[in-house]
Amino acid sequence: MNSTQGLNAAAPRRRKRGKLFVIGRQPERTGYLTIAIGVFVLLAAGWWAATNLGLVSPIFLPSPQAVGNRLAKLAADGTLWTDLKVSLYRIAIAFAISSLMSIVIGVLAGCYGFWKASIEPFVDFVRYMPVVAFVPLTILWSGTGDVQKFLIIWMGTFFQQVLMVMDSVKRVPTDFVGLGRTLGMSDRRILIKIVLPSAFPGIWDALRISLGWAWTWLVLAELVASTSGLGYRITVSQRFFQTDTIIGYILLLGVLGLITDQAMRAAEKVLFRYNRRRP
Amino acid sequence: MSTLTMQGLSKTFVTGKQHKQVLKGIDLTLADNEFVSIVGTSGCGKSTLLSIAAGLEDYDDGRVAVDDVLIDGPGMDRGVVFQSYTLLPWLTARQNVEFALKAAGRGAKECREIADEHLALVNLSNAADAFPNELSGGMKQRVAIARALSYRPKILLMDEPFGALDAMTRRQMQELLTQVWETHRLTVMFVTHDVEEAVFLSDRIVVMGIGHIKCTYDVHLPRPRHEELAGSAEFIDLQRQVLRSIRSQEPARA
Repeated sequence: MNSTQGLNAAAPRRRKRGKLFVIGRQPERTGYLTIAIGVFVLLAAGWWAATNLGLVSPIFLPSPQAVGNRLAKLAADGTLWTDLKVSLYRIAIAFAISSLMSIVIGVLAGCYGFWKASIEPFVDFVRYMPVVAFVPLTILWSGTGDVQKFLIIWMGTFFQQVLMVMDSVKRVPTDFVGLGRTLGMSDRRILIKIVLPSAFPGIWDALRISLGWAWTWLVLAELVASTSGLGYRITVSQRFFQTDTIIGYILLLGVLGLITDQAMRAAEKVLFRYNRRRP
Repeated sequence: MSTLTMQGLSKTFVTGKQHKQVLKGIDLTLADNEFVSIVGTSGCGKSTLLSIAAGLEDYDDGRVAVDDVLIDGPGMDRGVVFQSYTLLPWLTARQNVEFALKAAGRGAKECREIADEHLALVNLSNAADAFPNELSGGMKQRVAIARALSYRPKILLMDEPFGALDAMTRRQMQELLTQVWETHRLTVMFVTHDVEEAVFLSDRIVVMGIGHIKCTYDVHLPRPRHEELAGSAEFIDLQRQVLRSIRSQEPARA
């Protein structure tokens, strides 16, 4: 009795020690958070030390306090909020249009031979074209307004999204479709009742990943020809060597990306709770 | 009355320039309420035969009829249990059964009653609200069987339904299936590579060679069948005979 108790007591301790450095072992939630936050703290401390000890000139890398003060000032006079609002509007519209189009077209191409043959090679072809090179063209076509920003974001995300949506539709097990057939369901009903819900988690994941790229294309579009938005502010600040604004806005973009990503992950947990095991 | 008839059934797979004949003139009739197993080495075409009977696969020549009416693609007169797990993951066990009943055009209240009744039949009443992700492999296949039985098909087609299960669970499933079948008779075509399973469950065993039927064995073991039966001399003898004819090169005579 005593010896088995001793074993039981020893076993969990040994497992715990190795957990973070064993392939495939998942860290516990608190451990994960501690390490994740630790990395941020460490980087921030490094930044603080390098700037406050005078190791780098403020023109190259301003101190965290300077960046914070600058952001606070921009927030106080409203500049930050206007920039943010304009950018959020652009990414929301462009991303919504792109996602909607890619879901419709990607699902069709994933299901039906005709759409696959007509869309897949074309998408693969366009996908490798440099979006950046389209910037002058889009300006020529649609000016420097919001439509041009939509166009750039759409070009950068749509062609990637379509392929990912198609892939998640292809991963729907063939026997699921076979099941629908044996139940006498029409192709249209199979599409709506079986294929779509089955592919939905994969599609959602594709959207979450492509949202990251959408942010990049947004800033690119605003850097080149714009009179408003986060990217525009970065270009303007560059002209006046306002490194603190640039760094502040870059950090802000990182935070925005992190927030949207986490929001979509959280939604995933609610939408697909059937994938979770209840105790 | 519900019979399944296949006459002169032939099927060739074409991949590029290669033609591979997987079925050559299969003649097979399943009598009313008969439980027929089809055994054979992998690649002999037994699963293809079942897919054709289900209407999921085309054939080149011959005829397939349910109650002497030629089949036109898949339909609800035949229920199918697949080898892979086909419970829809976003629906609970009960909703999965109801899914089939709704497709059959039953009303909501009726769906629920029939679903509960069939989940009880496979001893899963207390898992009705669980999602497939929370069920073991054996439980998933039990729900799949309940689903296939729920809309009262004339013929039940099962394609190695227990193939992915561990030996213990497989035994339990076989017992459950005989129980269900003995109280709830219908015509069954059961594809398996497990000879013991075939002997335990069937009225008749069809041994397939590559693309053709080698021979058939009638199983005269008494019903209801229980686990102890698998130890009897008669059982083991038949099992040995079937195994031998699967392995033999020449078509044996039964």
